[in-house]
Amino acid sequence: MTIGGHFTYFITIFLMIAGLFIVIARGNLIKKLVGLGIFQTSVYLLYLAPAKLVGGTAPILSPAFTIYSNPLPHVLILTAIVVGVATLALGLALVVRIREGYDTIEEDEILALDAARDREAQAS
Amino acid sequence: MAVTVWVIIQSRNLFSVIVLGGIYSFLMATVMVAMDAVDVAMTEASVGAGISTVLLLGALYLCRSEEAQPMRKPWLPLAVSVAVAGLLVYGTLGLPEFSDPQAPIHVHVAPRYLNEVKQEVDVPNAVTAVLASYRGFDTLGETTVVFTAGAGVIALLRRRRRDRQS
Amino acid sequence: MKNDLILRVIAKLLIPFIVMFAVYVQFHGDFGPGGGFQAGVILAAAVIFYALIYGLADARKVVPESVVESMMALGVLLYVGVGIAGLLLGGNFLDYFVLDPDPVHGQHRGIFWVEAGVAITVSGVMLKIFYMFADRGKADE
Repeated sequence: MTIGGHFTYFITIFLMIAGLFIVIARGNLIKKLVGLGIFQTSVYLLYLAPAKLVGGTAPILSPAFTIYSNPLPHVLILTAIVVGVATLALGLALVVRIREGYDTIEEDEILALDAARDREAQAS
Repeated sequence: MAVTVWVIIQSRNLFSVIVLGGIYSFLMATVMVAMDAVDVAMTEASVGAGISTVLLLGALYLCRSEEAQPMRKPWLPLAVSVAVAGLLVYGTLGLPEFSDPQAPIHVHVAPRYLNEVKQEVDVPNAVTAVLASYRGFDTLGETTVVFTAGAGVIALLRRRRRDRQS
Repeated sequence: MKNDLILRVIAKLLIPFIVMFAVYVQFHGDFGPGGGFQAGVILAAAVIFYALIYGLADARKVVPESVVESMMALGVLLYVGVGIAGLLLGGNFLDYFVLDPDPVHGQHRGIFWVEAGVAITVSGVMLKIFYMFADRGKADE
């Protein structure tokens, strides 16, 4: 168990934490979505790094090579990338509607506006 | 990539955040090629750096704002992030090393797929063979998810012809 | 951007090559990297490029809304159709080897139609989402 052997995991963890930090610490909705994208790409790296065999090649069969990297995680991540962009599109549509409804996309201001509306609805 | 992510965290101009996100996707695609995942790299480059950036810029144009100054120092999220990082590092110490041929991921199903592709499917690209033939049901689910996302965006952003102020 | 000469010329030069590259990636998905998803996204990117340079109205004339919406649904239907064809011909759902007397050739056919369905749906959805986002901004003015 060496540091060099686990280097890819450390990079993955750094990217994951960076994405997580952006999502929970920044208030702007579009920046949160970008942070979520960073988190997703770190998960792709988490799956792809163990699939690689040093000395192997891409999993396209050909008579010139004998060792191939594992194709199964590639398939999973291909699906994950497309699903990720689908959720990003839906998230952005929601952000656009929020902007039209509240006229802001900062999370603090949206919560304050909601609280003010609740107070008005209770007072009336 | 770490530098890109650091600037994304710090920057307040949303346009630069989106462009840096596109650069980050390209760098990730390059790393994926280094990991011998060429199909995935092509998809990440086209989807992450292409479509994602276009959609984010479109949404930014519709929202038209900058990020506001954060009101308080983010100590609690930073502590939570560091704690989660510590837990993850502790967890990954037990995982197999990089490029270990005896790791469980390489031993059970993958050799069977790689060996049988020639006589069962006869498609040189093993990833396409697994995606479309061996795991075709998952791909059906994925296509349905993409279709549902399109339908959802239509439902959210459609304009009715009569009432324009909603 | 319609009036800028350099952008118009470059767009007219590049867009056919982008479309051809998308078709190449689609059909060579069996022999090299590629496949349905990449091809669908690249095709949508070509039409988005056209819409950025020439304006949304011209892009709508080339690829109308009804075509895009039907493309979204057609791809999924094609995929499920291949699955049901497997059912009707005697195998399980999404079995490819029953599609042809030679089972390996049946796999080829199945993979071809399935990847085509995926590419149609993905390009339709990406294009439709772009149209919706671009249209929303225009109607606000």
